[in-house]
Amino acid sequence: MSNSDKAQEKKKFAGVFLDEISKSPLTVTILAIFSGLVLGGLLVAVTSEDVYAAVRVSFGETLRVAWDAAWRTYKALFIGSVGDPARIMAAFQSGDAEAIRRAVNPFFESLVQSTPYIFAGLAVALGFRVGLFNIGAEGQLFIGATTTVVVALFLKGLPAIIHVPLALLAGFIGGGFWGFIPGWLKAKTGGHEVINTIMMNYIAFRLSEFLLRGPLKNPEGYSPITAEIQDSAKLWRFFESPIRFHIGFFIALFCAYLVYLLLFKTTWGFTLRTVGSNPHAARYAGMNIVKSTVVAMFLSGGLAGLAGANEVLGVNHNLAVAFSSGYGFDSIALALLGKSHPLGVVLAAILFGFLRNGAIQMQLTAGIPIDIISVLQAAILAFIAAPAIIRTIYRLKEPEMDLDTITLRGWGGN
Amino acid sequence: MAETVANNHLTYVSPTRQRVMGVVFLGIGVVLWFLFARDVAPDALTTYRLTPGGSAQELPNWVFPTLPMLNFLIIFSIGLGAYQLVRGFGKRTNLVLGLVTAFFIFGFLSWATSGGSLNLAGLFRSALVKAVPLTIGALSGVLCERSGVVNIAIEGMMLTGAFVGAFVGSVTNLWIGLFAAVLSGGVLAAVLAVLSIKYKSDQIIAGTVINIFATGITSFLSAKFLQKYQYLNDPGRFPTIKIPVLADIPFVGPILFQHNMFVYALYFFLIALTVGLYYTRWGLRTRSVGEHPKAADTLGINVYRTRYISVILGGFMAGFGGAYFTLGSVGRFDEVMTAGRGFIGLAAMIFGNWNPIGSFGAGLLFGFFDALSAKVAILKVPIPSEIMLMFPYLATMIALAGVVGRGQMPAADGQPYEKE
Repeated sequence: MSNSDKAQEKKKFAGVFLDEISKSPLTVTILAIFSGLVLGGLLVAVTSEDVYAAVRVSFGETLRVAWDAAWRTYKALFIGSVGDPARIMAAFQSGDAEAIRRAVNPFFESLVQSTPYIFAGLAVALGFRVGLFNIGAEGQLFIGATTTVVVALFLKGLPAIIHVPLALLAGFIGGGFWGFIPGWLKAKTGGHEVINTIMMNYIAFRLSEFLLRGPLKNPEGYSPITAEIQDSAKLWRFFESPIRFHIGFFIALFCAYLVYLLLFKTTWGFTLRTVGSNPHAARYAGMNIVKSTVVAMFLSGGLAGLAGANEVLGVNHNLAVAFSSGYGFDSIALALLGKSHPLGVVLAAILFGFLRNGAIQMQLTAGIPIDIISVLQAAILAFIAAPAIIRTIYRLKEPEMDLDTITLRGWGGN
Repeated sequence: MAETVANNHLTYVSPTRQRVMGVVFLGIGVVLWFLFARDVAPDALTTYRLTPGGSAQELPNWVFPTLPMLNFLIIFSIGLGAYQLVRGFGKRTNLVLGLVTAFFIFGFLSWATSGGSLNLAGLFRSALVKAVPLTIGALSGVLCERSGVVNIAIEGMMLTGAFVGAFVGSVTNLWIGLFAAVLSGGVLAAVLAVLSIKYKSDQIIAGTVINIFATGITSFLSAKFLQKYQYLNDPGRFPTIKIPVLADIPFVGPILFQHNMFVYALYFFLIALTVGLYYTRWGLRTRSVGEHPKAADTLGINVYRTRYISVILGGFMAGFGGAYFTLGSVGRFDEVMTAGRGFIGLAAMIFGNWNPIGSFGAGLLFGFFDALSAKVAILKVPIPSEIMLMFPYLATMIALAGVVGRGQMPAADGQPYEKE
């Protein structure tokens, strides 16, 4: 009797730590990412032709080849996103500046890819905190990029210190306006922001398409693309070619810090969060829900607009049709992954940036289509959205209270 | 006036709305004059051809002088507007709104065609064809949302259906391909159902998961296999079937009854779903679960089972709509080929007020603008096709804002049900 008690006591003691881990929401997040990567590996193995050839040999051979295929894929992903350690070592030993730049480029390129993700992720996260589902980051990004490119192209003779902030501001206002409309419609008419932002995405695509085929098209070219922006509007790059790492990354981090301050350190942010978590209580407390909704959607759209501005001013230096390729949509997944917290969003954005950049290299070296990262993201997002799946698979304990569940209001907008 | 303030809120027309609508009708008349009538030469003629391309029958062209027709439309619109302001059409306001909108479109077309000719029958036929995937997508949405589950994953389900249809159709035959496409839509819908009904995760997030997944997996598999082995992406298409007697009706026949099986399936689904939802026990139960699940549960209706069935049926429908792209229209799969039509389907469902016939109407309207945008280049009208293509989205936003009357959305749409 006492023996078993003692054993239980011991088990309890050792288990406290495990218990704590198993209840932590962070564990679910990490396991969700891990499970997503495992599923991605399985997908690679299942669709590999070598594996089917190996089935004819033996079961063991099949497993070995499948493992090999998944391993090669993730190795290519790692080297593509962080860089090849051996190559970096060799470059530093040789001391050739250009060789070093080429060797460390993958790492910095990943940060370049992360930058729009930080902006767009913050946009979606800010919306979530106010109970709004801004699915329109993609459209706001397009409009922000368009307004930015107008300022960056046609304003001439300004010093960079004025031109760059002005171009960024244009992107912020452009995207903000595109977010303001659904926010205003939601507040005034109750039209659900999910539907309105989806519709406005497509309006934005068509609008930018129209502008790029007409008024904004480079007069010297035939393709729907603008001319190169003024030198004074380009975001400053830290290194020489081929490293494209630019100051936008730090602007994004600064924005994340501002969003953190706004949400968690000001009365105003408290109002926004209250409106998000409990609109009835907020109304009872005399908070202005209409204003919160409109302002939050404006800020959210503005942040998404900055993502577009960042791509124009820092990376592409022009604007082309369909230049964004899904930053706005991916940002929904990463905002959820980051638990709608600015720090979480930054971490998730960096993860997504590395994944994306690695996947581009993976496509070239391992022949795995880049679209696999969408599958990874969907799997991770599914596990985040339904943490019960992860808890069941890994036999985690149910937390006492799930504070991180995203609460959104239904179609009816009440 | 006493009649318009009627016994229940559904037929009540507020005085503000009456006035707004009156001004809208007047406005359309004025715009017709300002934009079009002033611009037309007095002796210009408009020619409409009434035989679609590839049809056996020959109908004479419809030729009329442009200006008198426009003047007639203007006077009629202004007359309707004046009546609306003074007396009001009451319950029939929406009908009149539809009529005036049709006037506007007809006036625009007549002005654009003035001095040239336009194949009106071809335009209508093309509008119907373009409406097919939109309407089937909308019907998928109707099935899901009537039971209280928001489905923004129509796009993803259709894309998957398109891929599976093309792939399986190439390996086997068209009908098995179609069956597999329908099934694949159902599988994704089952995921949506489990996530949103069992795990009670947010339905919009669950839908987003499916959309991202569908885009990823179809592009991945397409890049890995279909582009490499062309014979895996060559399913062929369902043939056009001419319905014996009906297709010979002048004008209407070739537009409605000379299509492939998808169009006829659409007619069937429209009737079946309308009857099913509004005249059967199953429909009543499904709608009650979407409106007030707790009350339905109290009466012994299994809320979860009803929702599972509706969502999976909706998935079958979306998969069928997806198969249209590969097996009915293009004959091969291209990456992201649905290009947002699932979302326009969602819009058509909202615009059509969550009911099958309304969705079809909205689908036709959106399809019409899609078809028209392809013709504006020929008509040399100074409106870029991109602007024309914005119309469905703008119309949906306006409809949602309640300018034309607030839609009757299922009350429990999007809310997970927790049995107590």
